[in-house]
This record gives sequence, C-alpha cells and structure tokens, in this order.
Amino acid sequence: MAADKVDPIHQFHIVKLIPINIGGYDVSFTNSALFMVATVLVASAFLYLSTSSRSLIPGRLQSVSEMGYEFVANMLRDAAGNQGMKFFPFVFSLFMFVLVANLLGLFPYFFTVTSHIIVTFGLAALVIGTVVVYGFTKHGLGFLKLFVPHGVPVFLLPLVVLIEVISFVSRPVSLSVRLFANMLAGHITLKVFSGFVVSLSALGAVGIAGSVLPLAMAVALTALELLVAFLQAYVFAVLTCMYLNDALHPGH
Amino acid sequence: MFVTSAFAQESAPAAEGAHTGTEGETHSGTGVPAEAHGTFPPFDPATFPSQLLWLAITFGLFYLFLKKVVMPRLGGIIEVRSDRITQDLDQAAKLKGEADAAVAAYEQELAEAKTKANAIGQQANDAAKAEAEAARKKIEAALDKKLGEAEASIASIKANAMKEVGTIAEDTASAIVDALVGGKASKAEIAAAVKSVAR
Repeated sequence: MAADKVDPIHQFHIVKLIPINIGGYDVSFTNSALFMVATVLVASAFLYLSTSSRSLIPGRLQSVSEMGYEFVANMLRDAAGNQGMKFFPFVFSLFMFVLVANLLGLFPYFFTVTSHIIVTFGLAALVIGTVVVYGFTKHGLGFLKLFVPHGVPVFLLPLVVLIEVISFVSRPVSLSVRLFANMLAGHITLKVFSGFVVSLSALGAVGIAGSVLPLAMAVALTALELLVAFLQAYVFAVLTCMYLNDALHPGH
Repeated sequence: MFVTSAFAQESAPAAEGAHTGTEGETHSGTGVPAEAHGTFPPFDPATFPSQLLWLAITFGLFYLFLKKVVMPRLGGIIEVRSDRITQDLDQAAKLKGEADAAVAAYEQELAEAKTKANAIGQQANDAAKAEAEAARKKIEAALDKKLGEAEASIASIKANAMKEVGTIAEDTASAIVDALVGGKASKAEIAAAVKSVAR
C-alpha cells in the first residue's frame, strides 16, 4: 500500500464498501457512492440549515445560499428566458451537486465523484436527455428545426445539417469530458507535486530543502483547483442552460 | 491490491452472471488479477452500473429535496424580501406624492391669495380713484357755480354802475355848466344833452 500512496492514480480507485449484486449487475455501495451521498448530504444540509431562520436580512451562510440561488436563476434566465425557469430546480441541483462534489474532492483522502467519466457522462446524458425529450414533447418534429439554421443556401443545407447533428451529438461527450478531464488532470497534478514533496523529503536535508518548491507548487495548485472546482460547476450549469434554451426555442 | 483483485472476482459474475473466474474474459476484461493498475479506474466499465445507480439515487433524491424543500424556501425568502422592498418603495413614493400634493396645494393657495390681494388692491385703487374723481367734479361744479355767481354779480354791479354813470354825468355836467356859464340850466336840458352824448 505504501507504493500506492505515491501512485497518482490510486485516488481514483473504486473500493467496495458494501457489495451488492442485483440481477447480475454489480451495484455495490462503493467509496464513489459514499461520496455521492456525502455530496448530497453536505449540499442539502448547507442549503437547508443556512436558510432555516428565513431572515429578511440574511446572515452570512444564508447570503451564500441566496447568492447561489440567484446566480443560477440569472444564468438560466439570461440563457433561456423566463420560459426556461421551469428547469430551474434541475439546473440548480446540477450546479450544486457538481460544485459540492468538486469541492469535497479537494480534501485530502477524499474521493472525487466528478473525476469518473461515467458520473459526468451520466449527468450530461441526463441534460441532453431532458433537452431531447422536452424538445420533442413541446415542439414535436419542429424540434428538428434545431438542425436547420435559417438563411442557409439550399445547396449548403445537407452539409450544415450534418455539422449541426454532429455538434449536437458531441454535446454530451464534450460536456462530460470537460468536467471529468479537468478534475482528473487537476487531481493527478496535485498528487504528483505532493508526491515530489514526500519523495524528496526522504532524501535527507538537501531533499527537504528541495521539496520547498513542489510544496509551494502544491499550495498554488490547490488554489487553482479551488477555482477550477467553481469554474467547472459554472461551465456545466451554463452549458446546460444553453442546451435547454435549444429545447425551448429550437428555431435558432 | 486486495481491492482490485476483489474487483475482478466481482466483475466476472457482473458481466456474465456465471462463475467463470479463471481469466480476465469479462467484458471489462483487462486481466486485472495479474496487473494491479491494469485498468485506469475511471475507464473501468465494471464500476459503471454501480456508479450510475448510485448517481441516479443520490442525484434523484437531491433534486427532489431541492425542488420540494430548499427552493420554495429560498424563493420565498427572496420573494418576501423583494415584496418588502417594493412595498417600502411604494410607501416612499406615496409619501412623496403626498408631500408633492401638499406643496402644490400650498402654492395654489398662495397664488389664490396673491390674486385676491391684487384684486382687493385694484378695487381699493379704483374706489379711491372714483372717489377722487367725484370729489374733483364736485369741487369743480362748486367752483363753476361760484364763478357764475361772481360773473353775475360783476354783471349786475356793472349794470348798476352803468346806470349810475348817467346821473353822475348829469350832476357833473350841471356842475360844469354852473361853473362855466354861471347860469342855471334846467335839469331836463342837461339830461337830454347827456343822453345825446352817451348815445
């Protein structure tokens, strides 16, 4: 296990905590599931407790909750208009879930839920699934106008439609890979620099002096990762808003 | 080490539902037992069902909790606050309106009072003018009357004087005749003479 500690990939390992097998599928309660539960509990508890006083003049924590609420509300209203507000609970849940999962992942020894592509892909598929289902139920086949932009010459139309379809299909991929890759790369980098500190310190006095630099880097990277945690949650939510806008107004 | 090998044992029945258990021939199938870090964990399909299921459960519950509990509450707090602010602003606007109305009423009253004062002044002025005019006319009339009387008295005095001129002339003529001629001229002769001269 000592060798695993320096291994930057070790942090992404899935560990079974309670093995469960349903219908031949392994659906064990793993450390990933544990941190999903933790993410949900932390986010819910924060939002619930910080607003429990319902003060007219908010305290600090209540301000944070309200800022998050209004931030997402404005984001969604700007991107999708007032009709988009029916998706507000969905976008707000996504934003809070991704943000808290990212932030929890920054704690040492904590598992980062969003560093697994299947989790981010699951969320992205949920977004695109919502877009497609809502788009077709609301507009019927008119939703396909999404792929036919206005004012394109007829002879270019097949090409443009092809490009639009490809760009639509690549959305869940780009949405999930962006979040996943950012979290993965950030945590690996952080682990590598922290690993340098440990290995250099083992080399004696010179090593300890030399480990100052990677330590400083690790500290700086932690700050950067904090920014990335916020930024990726924001980007995920913003793109969700834009895709939902397509479902609401497919005619460009 | 223990973890990953346990994994492989679990992933075999997960894929096939049968205990093959010998070689890495499951569809994740990367020979995990032999190699500890054979599969990059985020790309290990054996973990996908579990992660997806737990993501669905946790995110689903989170969504429901936010939708049913947190968001109505947060929305309520913000709504109440904005209502309160709107109400306060409305009240401020109402008070301002009242103040404006009071100022307008005051100004109107002031203007009315001014016009009234002007009217009173004008009236007093006119009355005074009329009075002065009347007084002047009265005085003028009085003066005219006095002038007329004076003229009349002058005329009568003049007439009297003219009447007396004859007798004076007769007396004077009789006296002159006495002195010059020394004889007595009869009164009638003298009167005739004076009359002829005066004529």
